[in-house]
Amino acid sequence: MLARWLPENVSTVGGEIDRVIAVIGYVVGAWLVGAELALFWFILRYRRRPGSRARYVTGETLRAACWVLVPAALVLFCDLVVDYVGAHVWETVKQTAPPAELVVRARGEQFAWRFTQPGRDGRLDTDDDIETLNHLYVPANRVVHVELASRDVIHSLWLPHLRLKQDAVPGRRFTVWFEVTKPGDYPVACAELCGFGHTKMVGVLHAMTEDAYGEWVDLQQIEERDEFWEE
Amino acid sequence: MRGKQLGFWRRYVFSTDHKTIAKQYIFTGLFMALVGGYLAYVFRQQLAWPNQPIFGFGGVLGPDQYNAFVTMHGTIMVFWVAMPILLSGFGNLLIPLMIGTDDMAFPRLNMLSYWVFFLSTVVLLASFFVPGGPASMGWTFYPPLTSRADYTGVAWGGHLWIVAVALEFAAMLMGGINFLTTTINRRAPGMTFFRLPLMVWMQNTASVLFMFSVGPLIAGAVLLLLDRVVGTGFYVPETGGDPLLFQHLFWFFGHPEVYVILLPGLGVLTEVIPAFSRKPVFGYRSIVISTIIAGVLSFVVWAHHQFVSGIDPRLAVPFSITTILISVPFAVFLFCLIATLWQGAIRFTTANLFALGVIAEFLVGGTTGIVNGSAAADIYVHDTYFVVAHFHYTLVPAVLFAGFAGLYYWFPKMFGRLMSEALGQVHFWTTTIFFNVTFLPQLALGLHGHHRRVADPTQFPWLAEVQHLNVISTIGAIGLLLSQVFFLANFLYSLVSGRRAEANPWQATTLEWVAPSPPPHGNFPEPVRVYRGPYEYSRPDTAEDWLPQHAPEPAR
Repeated sequence: MLARWLPENVSTVGGEIDRVIAVIGYVVGAWLVGAELALFWFILRYRRRPGSRARYVTGETLRAACWVLVPAALVLFCDLVVDYVGAHVWETVKQTAPPAELVVRARGEQFAWRFTQPGRDGRLDTDDDIETLNHLYVPANRVVHVELASRDVIHSLWLPHLRLKQDAVPGRRFTVWFEVTKPGDYPVACAELCGFGHTKMVGVLHAMTEDAYGEWVDLQQIEERDEFWEE
Repeated sequence: MRGKQLGFWRRYVFSTDHKTIAKQYIFTGLFMALVGGYLAYVFRQQLAWPNQPIFGFGGVLGPDQYNAFVTMHGTIMVFWVAMPILLSGFGNLLIPLMIGTDDMAFPRLNMLSYWVFFLSTVVLLASFFVPGGPASMGWTFYPPLTSRADYTGVAWGGHLWIVAVALEFAAMLMGGINFLTTTINRRAPGMTFFRLPLMVWMQNTASVLFMFSVGPLIAGAVLLLLDRVVGTGFYVPETGGDPLLFQHLFWFFGHPEVYVILLPGLGVLTEVIPAFSRKPVFGYRSIVISTIIAGVLSFVVWAHHQFVSGIDPRLAVPFSITTILISVPFAVFLFCLIATLWQGAIRFTTANLFALGVIAEFLVGGTTGIVNGSAAADIYVHDTYFVVAHFHYTLVPAVLFAGFAGLYYWFPKMFGRLMSEALGQVHFWTTTIFFNVTFLPQLALGLHGHHRRVADPTQFPWLAEVQHLNVISTIGAIGLLLSQVFFLANFLYSLVSGRRAEANPWQATTLEWVAPSPPPHGNFPEPVRVYRGPYEYSRPDTAEDWLPQHAPEPAR
């Protein structure tokens, strides 16, 4: 029910993150409902009536305190369940990465995402590297590693449909990874306030079929060659 | 040092009387709440109907102004509303009265504290009028965005922001020293630590948390000011600095700071709810102990703000565990408050309605916090409106609702008059309804992936389809602000012609109700002595349903 509010998930790990959110949602939701019911029950049941007198209860004896301490122990138990569920998913997403099938670079700058990816040779730092602004083209169903950096201030690479978020910090380089499960165009944004153009950082991830991606790469090479002869 | 012998200036302006200083803090805080509320009104308009002229602002709110308004809203509400009203206002008013003494341990330091705070307010407000406008880098002030004026075009606004915050911290530190010294040294005979009203415990715990956490941030802010003004590079990578260092210093302060605000708010509840349920607080010692545990834990959770900021990912899970662990002491606290109602005789005065409202709303804030606290879930919800809604569901109850509960409850003590109950009830219900209309949609927006601090959500395709939630939220915010007209009218009307209040209009047991309303300079006509704990309501061996702390043993 909770996951219905989230945008469609199109990454291999997104479902696990959604599951963590859902598990926490149900656990804390149950506590919330229980506590609110107790609160409203007491408020309505024990409102002052003429002639009635409150009962003197300090809650200082261990026996009385158990009314609070036992639920608190149950809260602790639920906490540990939440910790356990979350820790495993965190490790999958952020601490381990399957081998890369494509490595691209993303650099945040005021106010755009600049992507660099290999050309036909499949390697970075060669003459046929392709540089794009705010549009990232990747094949679907392939593990993509993104080397994330920033030119000026802190940005945060944010792809809601992939459940991917990672700050880009100047002076540091982080690698994040994703695998899109369904070809399509998905928004890319910046989730960290980076200046007056923060709101204008709107990009698109184009997840393509293998063939379409190959054609796109070829097309870039031809265009670049044309540009070369024109100069 | 009797009030009558003092001239106007020493009595009302440069006063050393803790009650006058408390009122000065509260009035300044209420004024700043209007400023912060206006800023929220303007940027909520922009979020609901982007790039349209805004009524009452005179034009369209540009993206740079939007950032400035969001930054100043957060800054003002945390440092210039929550702290002065909840901590300095209520702390100053209540600590000497509740422990049965005539004034703070250091009255002149107390006066200096307010006037340094006043200066900080002037500096902050001045920053709206300098070239480039006020700070626009977010209230968390992350470098490198803040370390070079070129990145935002805001030069003086940023300098003044740092200076104003530093002055405010200095003022709060002076207050905190006073709170602790006064509580330790000036308690009336018989007032042992475990007979202190819980409000005094909360104020002092908050002061200790503030003292231990603020040092690193002051150091961090000095380095940042040097980066901005002198051109050093503590946070600039090209010169060997590290932007993440500031985040650690900021959040090491930032999380205890949340409790500096929250604990005095919960302290209001521990006074108001027993008085209007005619019952002792359930589990006095459990509350004290769990508060201290929460305070200690708050120093080892700061990296939960930084799960995706680029810290070593191996740190995330330990910090996740400590963060989620905090739910246990606060669960004890809230369960104790709920248990206090059990078999009570509850009166629904405005003060009590607001206090009960805090529990009902804060439960939402607390439970949503678990989602943010889990590192895996935080990958998705970090920096979204889910976080915004979460902390508004914690801090609006703790500051606004608890603040109102306290003002309605102690207004007769402060001014010798009662506030109107009829207006108060209207104020409570409109505030509660519109508060939820404002922030429930933001929870949904956050789950939908609406990231924070964007001035125009409609340009993002996946957010355009939920824009109606932004519109509802804005309507709620406007309603929430308009609801405060009931409060302002009530407050000002009651100030001049409210019904006269006797010393103890609520038949409450703590010592502040022994002094006349309002108490004269020096507070108690005769020294008081304390015989018992603070919440002796409905004891089976007394005829009345309350036995004040200062009364000798009743005849049996």
